[in-house]
Amino acid sequence: MKYAYYPGCSAHSTARDMHESAAAVARVLGIELVEIKGWLCCGATAAHQTDRVLAAALPAANLILAKEMGLDTVVNCAACYNRMKTSNHEVSTSPSMKAKVADSIGKEYDGSVAVKHFVEVLLGEYGLDKLRKRFKQSLNGLKVACYYGCFLVRPHEVTGFDDPENPTSLDRLVTAMGGVSLDWPHKVECCGGGLNLTRTDVVVKLSGSIIEMAKASGADCITVACPMCQASLDLRQKDIEKETGKKLDMPVVYITQLLGLCLGIPQKELGLNRLMVEPKAILQAMK
Amino acid sequence: MAVKIKKPTTENGLRKIVEEMSGVDLGTCYQCKKCTSGCPVARLTKSVPSEIIRRLHLGAGNELLDSDLIWMCLSCETCYSRCPMQINTAAVIDALRVLAVEKKAAVQQGNVPLMNSMFLKTVETFGRTYDLAMIMAYKLGTGSIMSDTEKFPAMLQKGKMALLPHSGADKQVVKRIFKKSQQSKGTVK
Repeated sequence: MKYAYYPGCSAHSTARDMHESAAAVARVLGIELVEIKGWLCCGATAAHQTDRVLAAALPAANLILAKEMGLDTVVNCAACYNRMKTSNHEVSTSPSMKAKVADSIGKEYDGSVAVKHFVEVLLGEYGLDKLRKRFKQSLNGLKVACYYGCFLVRPHEVTGFDDPENPTSLDRLVTAMGGVSLDWPHKVECCGGGLNLTRTDVVVKLSGSIIEMAKASGADCITVACPMCQASLDLRQKDIEKETGKKLDMPVVYITQLLGLCLGIPQKELGLNRLMVEPKAILQAMK
Repeated sequence: MAVKIKKPTTENGLRKIVEEMSGVDLGTCYQCKKCTSGCPVARLTKSVPSEIIRRLHLGAGNELLDSDLIWMCLSCETCYSRCPMQINTAAVIDALRVLAVEKKAAVQQGNVPLMNSMFLKTVETFGRTYDLAMIMAYKLGTGSIMSDTEKFPAMLQKGKMALLPHSGADKQVVKRIFKKSQQSKGTVK
């Protein structure tokens, strides 16, 4: 199994732990991730709020590089994943957009490179049965709220990820690891991530209600597959506690960090030391 | 809820240009308000998604660009996802954002356009985002130097904030893409 790997900008800043844990898990499972040489930022929210062609061209420039490698593309960041899938959708459904993107980059792109989230590779291509056999440790009944947010599941006609209202991909992984995936109502609510620096008050409100719902549902931790969600729920948790006056102490970990622990990968290689809220509850349960 | 609009300040209103820019046919909206029911910021804003659509129907002009929802919208796409007529309201909001910047509509709390332009400036320069420069430029531009300062030491120590920009991006391609974007500015009208 070999893929063109698009790390995305957060892999070297706020989401180094996401990048490290996914790389470690892939290595142990024998999934080869070859970094796309010269990759560019996907443009994220700022690009699509500014210029529709720019927003399609930046991801397309990366997908052209992946096409030259002759490989499908794997992405960890849900936001990059969403922008790449949107770019594919734009150029393959609109001839005028395809022409504008070609003019922008100076190369033709037809939207044909398959873009997969690492979770989709694990479930759809590596397979749960094979994965189960590789686990060395169990989550021992750890109660996990699986949180998907927006970018993976919406719009569904573009991402095609799981079910847009009740996705279960992360839940299936948690169950396979011996954890208890909780039935809770906030799986696909928005964390407010897009306004993290501009309207922190909005993020505090939205992410606060997500963590409180996870807590009320009995969660020991929340697991995510998006660096924006992780930053809103983990990095902003102190601000939420300050606002509400309630102690939350809710670890928010990437699904690849949980997988790494169950595969017996050392904590440091999974970036667990980078979390703002220490994952004590998780490590305790796994003892 | 009755939607009242002021006398439009733009002849024929913004509907046609918004439909062109977003590729959305607003004619199929029958105001079921599912978009507003699911919108995570609707309870925090004065204007709500279904109202924006209705005002476009009724011929609203540039005054619509001052609506707070335009910059509070999180692009979560719940509106689009749940619309029984598959109206991409998020794309409509994106079009209104482009028009708001172009027509210099009122800057709102949080100044998202400034954040967007700082973000894209770092991408244009380095090929990848450079959080530290982007945040500093935004803070200087909004006079919010002291916010979040307590987070920096921990983020630096935990390796979640890089001091230097990341290298390795193909800067020639990124320069070309941004140059083309600059050249096409304003041509949507």
